[in-house]
Amino acid sequence: MSFLLIGKKIGMTQVFDENNRLLPVTVVEAGPCPVTQVKTVEKDGYAAVQIGFGVQKEQRLSEPEKGHLAKAGVDPVRVLREFRLAEGESYEPGETLTVEKFAEGDKVDVVAVSKGKGFQGVVKRYNFGGGQATHGSMTHRRGGSYGFAQDPGHIIKGKKMPGHMGHRRRTVQNLRIVGVRPEDNVLLVKGSLPGPNGSLVTVRPAKKTRKSAA
Amino acid sequence: MSTPVTEFTKDQLKEGRDQFKVGDGVRVHTRVREGEKERIQIFHGICIAKKGSGIHETFTVRRIASGVGVERVFPVHSPNIEKIEVDRESVVMRAKMYYMRERIGKRASLVKEKRLVEQGR
Repeated sequence: MSFLLIGKKIGMTQVFDENNRLLPVTVVEAGPCPVTQVKTVEKDGYAAVQIGFGVQKEQRLSEPEKGHLAKAGVDPVRVLREFRLAEGESYEPGETLTVEKFAEGDKVDVVAVSKGKGFQGVVKRYNFGGGQATHGSMTHRRGGSYGFAQDPGHIIKGKKMPGHMGHRRRTVQNLRIVGVRPEDNVLLVKGSLPGPNGSLVTVRPAKKTRKSAA
Repeated sequence: MSTPVTEFTKDQLKEGRDQFKVGDGVRVHTRVREGEKERIQIFHGICIAKKGSGIHETFTVRRIASGVGVERVFPVHSPNIEKIEVDRESVVMRAKMYYMRERIGKRASLVKEKRLVEQGR
C-alpha cells in the first residue's frame, strides 16, 4: 500500500503507553489531504497521485493553480505533493486522505527539512575533536590537516570542511505511531522529527520495517 | 494557530495529584506487576523536589532504607501510582531539598524548617 500524508509538526510532549511508561512523542497535524490529480501511465508516463494540504487564501493562488484545483473540485491548498501508485491501486480526484489511514502501532517514515544551523565549523558540523585549548595552542576549533602537499596538489573531493549546516531534507525511518486522533487530524509519533515546530512534514508507511515486525 | 501540544495530554492528567508539597512525608502507592499478578507497593519517604509541569511533572521521594539513601523519581500523573498519601506536613523554605542528601543519621529524616513560619515571620 503506498500513500503519504502531508502534515505540520506541532511539537513534542510525552504520553503514557499501555505499560504505563512515559514515551516521548511528536505531535503531527496530518491531513486531511484531498486528492488533486491522478496521474496515469497512458497520460503522464507514470502512475501517481497528487495530494494537497493546508488552507490557502484563493487570492494567493495563481490562475493556473486555481484551474488545476478547480478541475479536481478541491478548495485552495497550500502545498501539493505526489506519491507513486503501486499496481492495482486507485484513487479518485476529490477523495480525501486522513490520519485514519494509519493505526496505532504502525511504523512510519517521516520526511522533513531539518533545522538550519547556518555556517558552522567542523567541530559542530562533523564532530571533529578540535585542537588543544591551552598550552600555547593556536588550533582551538580548526579542522587539522586538509590534505597532502605538491602531490597530488589539490584537496581530495568530499573533504569535511566548514560550511552550511542543517536545512536539509532528512528522513527518519521506522517511527512507531503511538496515537491517532481523527477528531484533531493528529498523529502521535514516537521520537523526534527533523525541523522546527510548525514546519512541513510528510508521513508515509515505513519502507524498511523488519520482517518479524511486519 | 493550531492546538497547543498540551491539549493532547490533557486526558492523561490525573486529578488530585497536587495534594502534597516539597518537604512532606509521603507514602506513594505504586502498582507493581509481577508476572501475571499485580500488587501495591508503598514507597515511603520525604518529597524533596518537584519538577516540570503538565504531563512532564515529576517528584522525587527520598528515604533511608537499611542505612542507604534511596531516591525515586515518579511522574506525578503516572497511571502506576494508585494514590499518594501525606503523613507528615512541614514548611520548607526551599523548592528543592537537596541538602537532605548530605545529612546522616537521625537528621536525615528530620525536617525542621518550620521555625520561621511559626514565629509569624
